[in-house]
Amino acid sequence: MFSLDLLLNAIVAGILIGGFYAAVSLGISVSFGLLDVVNIAHPSFVILGSYTAYAMNRFFGFDPLLTGLLFTPIFYALGVVVYRLYYLGFERKGEESLRGLVFFFGVLFIVEVALLLAYGVDYRMIEAGYVGQSFHIGVVGIAFRLLLPCLVGLMITVALHLFLSKTFYGRAIKAVSQDSQALRLMGVNPVKIKRIAFALSIATASLAGALLILIGPVEPSIGREYIGRVFAIVVLGGMGSISGTLAASVILGVVESLTATFSGPSWAPAVSFGILLVVLAVRPAGLFGR
Amino acid sequence: MALGAAWAPAAQAADPIKIGFGMALTGALAGNGKAALMSMQMWAEDVNKKGGLLGRPVELVYYDDQTKPAAVPGIYTKLLDVDKVNFVVSGYGTNVIAPLMPIAVERNLLLMGLFGMANNEKTKYKNYFQIMPSGPEPALGWSQGFFEVAAKQQPKPQTIALVGADAEYPHNALAGAREHVKHYGFKVVYDGKYPPSTVDYTPIVRAIKATNPDLVYVASYPPDTAGIIQAVHEVGLPVKMFGGGMVGLQFAALQTKLGPKLNGVMNYEFYVPEPTLSFPGINEFLARYQAQAEKAGVDPLGHYIPPFAYAYVQVLGQAVEATKSVDQKKVADYIRANEFNTIVGKVRFAPNGEWAKSRVLMVQFQNVKGSDVAQFKKAGTRVVLYPEESKSGTLIYPFSKVLK
Repeated sequence: MFSLDLLLNAIVAGILIGGFYAAVSLGISVSFGLLDVVNIAHPSFVILGSYTAYAMNRFFGFDPLLTGLLFTPIFYALGVVVYRLYYLGFERKGEESLRGLVFFFGVLFIVEVALLLAYGVDYRMIEAGYVGQSFHIGVVGIAFRLLLPCLVGLMITVALHLFLSKTFYGRAIKAVSQDSQALRLMGVNPVKIKRIAFALSIATASLAGALLILIGPVEPSIGREYIGRVFAIVVLGGMGSISGTLAASVILGVVESLTATFSGPSWAPAVSFGILLVVLAVRPAGLFGR
Repeated sequence: MALGAAWAPAAQAADPIKIGFGMALTGALAGNGKAALMSMQMWAEDVNKKGGLLGRPVELVYYDDQTKPAAVPGIYTKLLDVDKVNFVVSGYGTNVIAPLMPIAVERNLLLMGLFGMANNEKTKYKNYFQIMPSGPEPALGWSQGFFEVAAKQQPKPQTIALVGADAEYPHNALAGAREHVKHYGFKVVYDGKYPPSTVDYTPIVRAIKATNPDLVYVASYPPDTAGIIQAVHEVGLPVKMFGGGMVGLQFAALQTKLGPKLNGVMNYEFYVPEPTLSFPGINEFLARYQAQAEKAGVDPLGHYIPPFAYAYVQVLGQAVEATKSVDQKKVADYIRANEFNTIVGKVRFAPNGEWAKSRVLMVQFQNVKGSDVAQFKKAGTRVVLYPEESKSGTLIYPFSKVLK
């Protein structure tokens, strides 16, 4: 069954899906990797982004990507509120480790139940002219449904990388992850910086959600399918490394695609997590971790 | 507290006949559970309008089982011991019927089942009757039509790819399909499972395409059903027949979103609005159901579970009337020995409580244009190819003809 045609297609499909994984994982990379906030509710915010894109598409005919972009400020504000609650309830008291985890579990359920009540359990899909269209470069077929999420994933990665490395707030976010006390001594309020960073991570979920519903149908609890995968990507890439997250996303995407093509799709998660274990054994900080 | 009751004012004086059940009104299967409840309430209304059963009004006593099997024993114990219901029927689905079986056996109850897959296989309880028309051997009945239609084509297809999600239903469906593959002498060139968390199905479809099969049999759940069909259109799959056991294509949600991409896809169904399946009362039922569906937030078509949810209490009601009794044993004996006229056609049960003869339909999507839901309410978009007596059109063959 092996052929060059199949191999090339598998690699391209893997890169495309890797770009999408990056879009979903970047938010976790910021909150978990940089801030040490284990936001396991992140995938449910992504699903919230999907339903926002769905609603705007259904009622106003908006393109999902446009909705994803337009709603980033609202998701940012939502992130501010969630972080405020988390900070006041747990982080300030130094109870963030286990109780904070329970808090995010609670947030996950609240988001899921709210979506369930509003939209029911049916799977929702989106209508856009380019969904279902594809083009060929030589023997390689590329679907717009996968190409767009990959490009947007790359764009978010670049934007986030530039923000973190070139701007004052970006550098402050990196600094707060290293030593918040030192940052305080420099006259910067670490809580404010963490709030900005966390809100930014939730803002990325707006776009990631729009990408998710472009790729396939969603239902309120489908985010749980992604929890393991996105945390694995963040750990594999190296905690808090934005470029590492992208690299890990593409590696996992390509590995899954090759496994699904040549050895049977059932093996894909096992091979992905096997790679994670091997990398952690050799490089405990992850691929790009310090 | 019971969530609801229905009876006609005229019959209020008499002691009601209570039918108790748990139903998925929240949780993963709530979409179907709510639709089933609505149908059962329609049946209770109809019966009560005619004066009830044995001159007594019918009252439905139900609780939300939250789609949780663990909630089932408590609900039914309360129904039987506190609410003192006359009959119990099951909630929706295999997983909530399983914990109900031991209760029914222990208390010697008549139990009507709603869409359970082989729940009685181990128990072999004689007073269990199940309304999903998958026949006495469900795993085989499920895909019988796909393989019988395939084997009749000239020249006969030779090779097949089998693929499905790594989960309980696809396992059963594929096990049945493998039996048929052996029986009809096809050669398996691809036999793969994928994890339910798969995001992109194009590598799987490409791998199948590389094996160049004549037939592709798919056993999938709704998200993978949509993902695979999209990938088939993006990759192109030049095969002769495609589909078979794809869950989700029975509902308006996926039908309207996939639209013309469905053309040529073959799939199992239990009821479709074709003239060959025009049973007495079904059209009136669907018109009433569809008028209420949007407000209730359930599937606007109601072709999958609602008619059967109406029919399983219809069977119970007819048996009560015929025996003039509410005695569990008498009514169960009657159901075992007789045929019933329901809105889903004539129903007779096999000794294991399944339909005596499978009536899993094999349909092919044809003439689907755009995403309008109204087209699926009429005949012509899901043409019945199997069984022969319900056939309503001819197969578009090969599938690749539609893909172009």
